[in-house]
Amino acid sequence: MTQSVVVQVGQCGNQVGCRFWDLALREHSHVNKKGIYDEALSSFFRNVDSRRSVGGSCDITGGRIQSLKARAVLVDMEEGVVNEILQGPLRELFDSTQLITDVSGSGNNWAVGHWTYGSAYREQIVDQLRRAAEHCDCLQCFFLIHSMGGGTGSGLGTCVLKLLEEEFPEVCRIVTSVYPSAEDDVVTSPYNSVLAMRELTEHADCVLPVENQSLVDIVNKIKHMSHSGKPGSVIKKDSAIISGQGGVSGAEKPFDAMNNIVANLLLNITSSARFEGSLNMDLNEIAMNLVPFPRLHYLVPSLTPLYTLADVNIPTRRLDQMFTDAFSKDHQLIRADPKHSLYLACALMVRGNVQVSDLRRNIERLKPMLPFVSWNQEGWKTGLCSVPPVGHSHSLLALANNTCVKLTFMELRDRFTKLYRKKAHMHHYLHVEGMEQGCFTEAISSLSSLIEEYSQLDATKDRLMPDAARLNIAT
Amino acid sequence: MSIVTVQLGQCGNQVGQELFEVISNDANDTQRKVYSECSSERFFNETANRELVARSVLIDMEPKVISQSIAKTAKSGKWRYGDRSHFSQKQGSGNNWANGYCVHGPRHEEVVMDIVRREVEHCDCLAGIMAMMSVAGGTGSGVGTYVTQCLRDAYPNSFILNHLTWPYGTGEVIVQNYNSVLTLSHLYQLSDAILVHENDTVHKICAQLMNIKHISFRDVNKVIAHQLGSVLQPALTGDSHGVYNRNPIGELMSSLVCHPEYKLLSVCNIPQVSSSSMAYSMFTWPGLLKHLRQMLIANSKMEEGIDWQVRAPSLQPEGIERTRSHRRPGFNTSLANLLILRGKDVNNAEISGFQHPSLYTPWLPADEAFSMWKTPVPFNKYEKSAILVSNSQTLLRPLDNMVGKAWNMFASRAYIHQYTKFGISEEDFLDSFTSLEQVISSYSQL
Repeated sequence: MTQSVVVQVGQCGNQVGCRFWDLALREHSHVNKKGIYDEALSSFFRNVDSRRSVGGSCDITGGRIQSLKARAVLVDMEEGVVNEILQGPLRELFDSTQLITDVSGSGNNWAVGHWTYGSAYREQIVDQLRRAAEHCDCLQCFFLIHSMGGGTGSGLGTCVLKLLEEEFPEVCRIVTSVYPSAEDDVVTSPYNSVLAMRELTEHADCVLPVENQSLVDIVNKIKHMSHSGKPGSVIKKDSAIISGQGGVSGAEKPFDAMNNIVANLLLNITSSARFEGSLNMDLNEIAMNLVPFPRLHYLVPSLTPLYTLADVNIPTRRLDQMFTDAFSKDHQLIRADPKHSLYLACALMVRGNVQVSDLRRNIERLKPMLPFVSWNQEGWKTGLCSVPPVGHSHSLLALANNTCVKLTFMELRDRFTKLYRKKAHMHHYLHVEGMEQGCFTEAISSLSSLIEEYSQLDATKDRLMPDAARLNIAT
Repeated sequence: MSIVTVQLGQCGNQVGQELFEVISNDANDTQRKVYSECSSERFFNETANRELVARSVLIDMEPKVISQSIAKTAKSGKWRYGDRSHFSQKQGSGNNWANGYCVHGPRHEEVVMDIVRREVEHCDCLAGIMAMMSVAGGTGSGVGTYVTQCLRDAYPNSFILNHLTWPYGTGEVIVQNYNSVLTLSHLYQLSDAILVHENDTVHKICAQLMNIKHISFRDVNKVIAHQLGSVLQPALTGDSHGVYNRNPIGELMSSLVCHPEYKLLSVCNIPQVSSSSMAYSMFTWPGLLKHLRQMLIANSKMEEGIDWQVRAPSLQPEGIERTRSHRRPGFNTSLANLLILRGKDVNNAEISGFQHPSLYTPWLPADEAFSMWKTPVPFNKYEKSAILVSNSQTLLRPLDNMVGKAWNMFASRAYIHQYTKFGISEEDFLDSFTSLEQVISSYSQL
């Protein structure tokens, strides 16, 4: 079994990260009744004998769980969020050495996060990453969690991404990026996002973009449904999808429901690496099968079920309905409708009691409705994990490499251009050492060429592409 | 003489385990002592404490499958794998042929070849090596190809048979066509013969003949093991004078692979029925052989759904070349066939239907193209079974489809960067495509 290390950067990154650790613990405790430190746990947690001195706390393999430590590095340039974690119920999970903090924050300025803090903390960050990697028997993947709109997550986060590529070139980098909504209250979020996009395009293996607006819509829908329930009915609140109840931390805070969805995304994508199944899908297989061209590595995630167990009147969705839902607009985690754009590849990661025959039947059923690029008509990658998420009998995560991300990027480019044309707020950036005008122009041109690549593929969508002429052999 | 099996990747290891299971059950079932002993000697090593240890090497780049196999067989008590006959790593090959061939293969070459050498030294006399793998993933295909290369270098005078499992046409892995093309083109140079099972075909057998409702990979693997076992278990050849053939792989090759351009072999085995209907079924040799012959010429892999309209073309008088236009559509021309009959009254079976020159390509005389083995010992609970190992156009269409899809993908250079980063260049791809187009062309012109 392999291990993964989570690197959470900035306020959003750390808040989502915390939800992830909380839900992961809950999931494992649900499955692992005997308290044995097994392979599944070791993929994200270390088992440590904390009685020994802090400097020499060593890992114990096998046997009973003593003290679990998360394989994580937490980075934030202001202390609020990380301090909360250290005072909260998850504090035992983190060693003080895993935390890298500063005091004043990045002021929503990508340049400060990337250049100023990037160079100041470079050594410390590399050190912590190395330590985390050394504790791993076989490190397969780094998960980076951050947001795009702010300063730390966006700027320092992408600096960390570059470091990961330099120091650990063979380890897969999967980035979960939270994109700002159009009505974001951070004025400079378009600058920060576009500057970060360039780094993601160049240095990440896979990016799972998530839009705040979609999360808000989903959470509102769920709340609406559970509040409109008939009187006297029982509402199941233990669904792990939006509710952190039953987890370690008690009260729910404003962004909690949204963060829970993203945390579930991470849980599901790693489920096949943690638990057994009849058709395992390793993390390195995700990049291999879903990324046909190096820069087109933005995978639209969609999760089902989202509403089911929080509902009252809606009967349990049948299995097939779950598959249909995964391709509907409401379940995508960015605001896009993949059915009307072109699929380059698609992965289905199923959890729970689902058979190969069910999977194949649903693929056959859905294929005619989904436009796939001509050279990848059977572009499906599937995985079956036998352990369902807590509170559900089965679940499905679909990752689609689809040209609909182009629309998200185009909107982002528009918002950027509105500010850039007026040179608004640019002096805050250009004052930072290491930052120049060129960074802006390079970033926007990288984004434009990315959009162009998607457009070219889109153009082939409704055209009937002839098969490429085969080689002729002299007979 | 003994066969050493090398099981590579998840598929190779899972099918391999079912194969040894079938063979050990078959050998234990029968009252015929000579058959049992010959079969045991061929596939197992008997230790001092009378335990049967499979002559097999298990290789995989991730540990789960191998540890399950070893545990399962140790528990069964009938036979087991050698304690030090396996090798696994922590992280798989990520469905990437280049990762398997360029990185994992060379990295672990020494250790793997050491294990193989030890297994070979346990044999009094080596009949040949059989490598079992799939072509869709990364380890079986990539590492498997590299290991076959090492085997060829280390044992230049031994026979090497590759058993390949081809994936479902509708896809299990997105880059399966690339992995398949790279594997086949390389193996064509390294291997003596390539015996192929297709998941689609075996799946149909499970669904329609054996009536399995929810088909799992285990069911598929059992059918493949049954078919493969029926080829490799002891049999009497034409000139073996009542003694079981000592060199099954060598004889398979000399009967079927007479030209280096034609190495693809397929297997048909009838009857195949669900275990519940076996008690109620009665088979005769004329019935079985009639079906099998039509399955061959109409290119059907099962005894259901055979197209009886397809007929062998009439022969041209001597001296007139048989041109393409004389060939009937849908007719499957063979280069060579090997018929194996196992069971009761086998000497009464009338096999002349398989010897007719119209079944074969004209440039090989029919009596050289056809061979037969037989044994009165029934195989795996079937009172009578007829097996046809065929070097014919059967695999032409699936191969052509596979190359076509891979070529389409290659034309847009999709996923190529995943391969080039490990050392496989576009040139290498083009070379592979060229060799396979050559194979397709050769088989088309049979």
